[in-house]
Amino acid sequence: MKRNYGMAYASPVFFWLSFFFVIPLAIILTYSFLSSGLYGGVVWKFSLQAYASLANSTLWEITRSTLWIAVASTAIMVSLALPTAYFIARSKSKNVFLLLVIIPFWTNFLIRIYAWIAILGNNGFLNNLLLSAKIIDQPMQFLYNQNAVILVTVYTYLPFAILPLFAAIERFDFSLLEAAQDLGAGKWQSIRKVLLPNIKGGITTALLFTFIPAFGSYAIPQIIGGRDSLMLGNVIARELTVTRNWPLSASISVMLTLVTTLGILVMLRVSGRQASGHGRRSAVSSQNAPSSDEVGIPV
Amino acid sequence: MKTKRRVSLFFFCLVQVFFYAPLVVLAVFSLNDSKTMNWSHLSLRWYHELFLNSPALWKALGNSLIVAAVASVSATIIGTLGAIGIYWYKFRARKYLQVVTFLPIILPEIIIGVSLLIFFAALHLQLSLFTIILAHITFNIPFVLLVVMARLEDFDFSIIEAARDLGAREIDALIRVIIPISMPGIMSGFLLATTLSLEDFVITFFVAGPGSSTLPLYVYSMIRFGVSPAINALSVVIVIATVVLAASSRNLYKYVIQR
Repeated sequence: MKRNYGMAYASPVFFWLSFFFVIPLAIILTYSFLSSGLYGGVVWKFSLQAYASLANSTLWEITRSTLWIAVASTAIMVSLALPTAYFIARSKSKNVFLLLVIIPFWTNFLIRIYAWIAILGNNGFLNNLLLSAKIIDQPMQFLYNQNAVILVTVYTYLPFAILPLFAAIERFDFSLLEAAQDLGAGKWQSIRKVLLPNIKGGITTALLFTFIPAFGSYAIPQIIGGRDSLMLGNVIARELTVTRNWPLSASISVMLTLVTTLGILVMLRVSGRQASGHGRRSAVSSQNAPSSDEVGIPV
Repeated sequence: MKTKRRVSLFFFCLVQVFFYAPLVVLAVFSLNDSKTMNWSHLSLRWYHELFLNSPALWKALGNSLIVAAVASVSATIIGTLGAIGIYWYKFRARKYLQVVTFLPIILPEIIIGVSLLIFFAALHLQLSLFTIILAHITFNIPFVLLVVMARLEDFDFSIIEAARDLGAREIDALIRVIIPISMPGIMSGFLLATTLSLEDFVITFFVAGPGSSTLPLYVYSMIRFGVSPAINALSVVIVIATVVLAASSRNLYKYVIQR
């Protein structure tokens, strides 16, 4: 009988994360139910004021624009990533192409943001080009709006969509596509009905891995956003350090945490369902035909 | 299949242009003599400025290296031991640990930054390089744990039982069997932690005090307040350094495996 050393091994991580992760989160949760102090901090008096003010019109507006930015960039990322991942998974030099996707990802996050300022800024490359070609005679304001935030969000997190999709497509058995086409399905039809249902797990992961950082974004709207593209992350920071309404900052953080956790639970459910049935089987059963292993024919 | 591949090839190329065009523009303009984004002529002026006239940059780089070294070594030790415990044993806190080692990976960084800031304020802890290190250890542990755990999956527990049957104490089994076999996982966990630590901006931004600027914080202040094109040169240097580091760490990793 082996002795149980589990807790002995795990005690450093247990104490560290309890102290520096769980307790800080518990403090945030507590603060969100307190009243705000006159000069920052909190007053130990129970209050739902912070949650009530989540419904105020400016904050509601910001929540909506945060959602829009996150949904739009997630949709763009996944639609760009699907064909890209497909191409990489089917090509002969997968490793080289994957490396090409990962290198920009290694590049410092702030530098990737800055690169777009250098290109799209008022004194940036594009404006200078257009000015000297006499296409415009005033610099155009490309940055500091919602579209700029979406563009740079896509640029920053696109690899998060490509990599899980690549992993899912690479596992897919392509003879199924040929089979579908032999049975008379068109190219697009076979992709829609056979390939896509089979990589559902990968698609869910890609959606979440891009939606979560986009939704909780702070640095991108802070650097290249404008008044119409303030996001919840910026409000959290502003209420904490500038306006000094800590309970409000805490309640928005709680909301952000809940949305993220909810997303993860959805992902676990979807990928759990995928894992419980064979990929092969679900491909065929989605067309209501029994597969060989369901019928019991040994393959 | 032909037409299909043509469509996906188009998207692949589009994405590559999208990825690399901005970096190429940075690289080209880092060699421009002018102070603006108008091309004048080729010069190494901004590299000169960067390497010889930017003491704050070198101090920030020093800080980044200190933080990365301390945080990644600590996180690697804590994370590796945790992975061994959680992977092989059943104990009461196991479920709890599986959740709290997973959550920090997926929560938006700002939540971790803000909660640590409030926590340090509650403890009356002065923000400094020390608080940055505490924060970095915290966000690095889950990543190390995840990577080491993946390595343990290909590991046969009966090897350890054999070692025990032959009279090894747990500590001998750990040092002579478990750690050597998990070394590739531990190394890649360590390298991942170092990279994340050198890269991190958002969390560091909240827990940094005056005078404890790291390299990403320095880049941020350059973007926000500086107008010097030296930042183009700095970007190119950082991009090249990361690619070289990443490439050589892959070789290092191979070397460790083959040993």
